[in-house]
Amino acid sequence: MEAFAKLTSTAIPLEIENIDTDQIIPARFLKATDKEGFGDNVFRDWRFHEDGSINNKFILNDTTYEGKILVAGNNFGCGSSREHAAWALVGYGLKVIVSSFFADIFKGNSLNNGLLPVQVSEGFLSEIFHALKKDPTTKITVDLEQQTISVEGISLNESFEIDPYKKTCMLNGYDDIDYLLSKKTQIEAFEAQKLN
Amino acid sequence: MGKTLFDKVWDAHVVDAMKDGPQILYIDQHLIHEVTSPQAFKELEERGIPIFRPNQIVATADHNTPTLNQHLPVKDLLSRNQLKQLSENCEKHGITLYALGHQYNGIVHVMAPELGITQPGMTIVCGDSHTSTHGAFGTIAFGIGTSQVAQVFASQCLLLTKPKSLRITVNGTLKKGVLPKDVILYIISQIGTNAGTGYFCEYAGEVFSQMSMEGRMTVCNMSIEMGARGGMIAPDDTTFEYVKGRTFAPKGLDFEQKIAYWKTLPSDPDAVFDKEYHFDASDIEPMITYGTNPGMGIKLSGNIPELQDASFKKALEYMNFQPGERLIDKPINYVFIGSCTNSRIEDFRIAAHFVKGKRKAPNVTAWLVPGSRQVEAQIEAEGLKTIFEEAGFQLRQPGCSACLAMNDDKIPQGEYCVSTSNRNFEGRQGQGARTILASPLVAAATAIEGKIIDVTQYLN
Ligand code: SF4
Repeated sequence: MEAFAKLTSTAIPLEIENIDTDQIIPARFLKATDKEGFGDNVFRDWRFHEDGSINNKFILNDTTYEGKILVAGNNFGCGSSREHAAWALVGYGLKVIVSSFFADIFKGNSLNNGLLPVQVSEGFLSEIFHALKKDPTTKITVDLEQQTISVEGISLNESFEIDPYKKTCMLNGYDDIDYLLSKKTQIEAFEAQKLN
Repeated sequence: MGKTLFDKVWDAHVVDAMKDGPQILYIDQHLIHEVTSPQAFKELEERGIPIFRPNQIVATADHNTPTLNQHLPVKDLLSRNQLKQLSENCEKHGITLYALGHQYNGIVHVMAPELGITQPGMTIVCGDSHTSTHGAFGTIAFGIGTSQVAQVFASQCLLLTKPKSLRITVNGTLKKGVLPKDVILYIISQIGTNAGTGYFCEYAGEVFSQMSMEGRMTVCNMSIEMGARGGMIAPDDTTFEYVKGRTFAPKGLDFEQKIAYWKTLPSDPDAVFDKEYHFDASDIEPMITYGTNPGMGIKLSGNIPELQDASFKKALEYMNFQPGERLIDKPINYVFIGSCTNSRIEDFRIAAHFVKGKRKAPNVTAWLVPGSRQVEAQIEAEGLKTIFEEAGFQLRQPGCSACLAMNDDKIPQGEYCVSTSNRNFEGRQGQGARTILASPLVAAATAIEGKIIDVTQYLN
C-alpha cells in the first residue's frame, strides 16, 4: 500500500447522494482476478452511453474538472462490499474522497488501499461544491498528519476524524496483515483456550 | 449493566485489543466465492504467507455461474477463468469447495445455513455484504472487502472497532399476506438507507420470535441495506430445531452442550442499546419499491411520494415514474424470484401456493432461481416444479443469477422487473434495467397478472 501524508490538488465535484458501489464499478467488470485495470471502468455506466459513446454530461468527462480528489454527495460507497470499487477509484488516479458520510465497508476498503476517505460536515461539503462551481481550479489541501482539510479561496477549514491506528497505517503504508501476523502466538493461545 | 446478544458473541471472540485502537476479533468460519477471493489468494502468495486455517474456510461458486446447462463448460471466458482459479486455489490450499454441479453448491448465504455450517454464537465473514444473512442464527456475520479476506486467510482474525448497538423491535401480529420481506422493506423505508451505519442491529419482538428461520434470514439479509454491518436475532427453539441434524451441525451430547450455551446468548433484560426503534406489526402492509435504493419503498397500494430533492428526482427519472403516482396496474414483463434474500424453500412454497392452477400472463418472463442444489431438489420432491411448469414459469439452476447480472441472466434496458432480490440500484439487474423489489408473493402475483396488483385483495 502506498503511504499518504499530505496532498494539494484540484478536485472533481460529483454532487450525487447515495452513490453505491454498483455505480462505481458495475458487476459485469468484476470478472478479473487481479487488482489492475479497474480504473478504466470506474463509473462506467455514467461515463458512457449504452452504445459506447461518451456521455458528455457526466462530470468525469468534463475537462474543466480534474484532480486527485473526488468530492461526492452524502452516503458514498453504500451497497456491495466489492473492494473493486476502491481499486477502480485508485486506478483512475484518485487519492482522496470527500463526502459528508461514507458507508462502513467502503471506508474500510479504501483505507486498506491508500485511498483516504475524508468525512466533512454537510455545510462544509456544500461550501466545497459551491467553491468548485465558481472556480473549477480551486485547490483543496488534505493533511493527514494534522487531520485537516482546507479549501483555497474560502477561509474555511475543517478537521476530520480517522482511527489512530488506521492513520499510522496510512502514513506509513502498512497494512493489517503485518500487524496480525505479529500476533500469531496470541491467536494460537486463544484457539487452544477456546477448544477447552 | 447487562450485555446484548451482540456483546456476548463479540466479547467471546476478542483475542486482544489495541490501546485506543481496534480489537483483534477471531473468526470461526470464513466463506468464500469466486469473485472476491482471487486477489486475496494472490496477495498471500506474493508475500509468501500460508493460509492459517484452511479447515475453517468453505468455498462455493455462485456469483458468476450460469443458471442453465450447468453440466456444460461455462461459455463466458472470463467467468470460466474466475471459476477455474477458485478451484485451483482451493485445491492448492486444501479448502473445501462446493463447485458448480456439486450437490451442496449454491449461493453462499443459502448453502452454509442449510448445511449447518452456520451456528449460533459464531463469528462468520465472507467477501459479500449480504453475509448479514447468517445473523438470523444469533451469529455475528458480516461482509468484508478483499483485503480483509486476505487478513482472515493469514490469521483467522480481523482488526475491527466494535460497532455501536441498535435494536429494532416489532411487536404485534402481521396481517395476512405480509411476509418477512415486507417487514424489512418497511423498516428500511421508515429509517432510511444509512440509519444503521456504524451499528450492528438486533431484531427483537413478537414478529421475529414467531418467524421461521427462512424468514429471519430474509430480514437479516437486508440489514446492510439500512447501512448496518449486520443484523442478529436471538437464538431460540426455532433456531435449534433448524440446526439440529444438519450435515455439519454438532451431534448428540455435543449438540446438547451447545444448546445449553446458545441459550445464554439472548440480550439481558437490562442491556442498553445505543439506539432503538419500535414498530407495530399492524402498520405493515405488503411493500414495493419505486426508486433506486431499497429505502425507496411504499406500501403496495400506496402512492409514490412527492419530494423535491435531487436524488429522488434522479431515481424517478431512471425508473420513469411520476411523483404521486400508484404502481398498481403498471405492466411488468419480467419477474425474478431468487437471490440470497428469497430463494429458500419457503419462498418457493409461497409462490407455488399462489400460482397453483393459474397461468402466467403471456407478456411475462418469469424466472425462478433456487438458492442451492438442495433447494432445487426439494422443489422437485415437493411437486412444486410441476406447479411452476404448468403455470409457464421457468425453473433455472441455482446461483445469484439476475440479482447482480454478472452472468447471462440480465433484464433488458428499460424493462421493469419485479424482483425478490435486495438491491434496486441503477443497472443492478442489467444496464438500464428497472428493478422493483417485493416479496415472493407479490412477485408471483405480478407474473400471473402481467402487471402489479394489490395482492391483499386476492387473499381476502
Ligand atoms: S444473491 Fe445477490 S446479494 Fe446474494 S450473494 Fe448473490 S449477488 Fe450477492
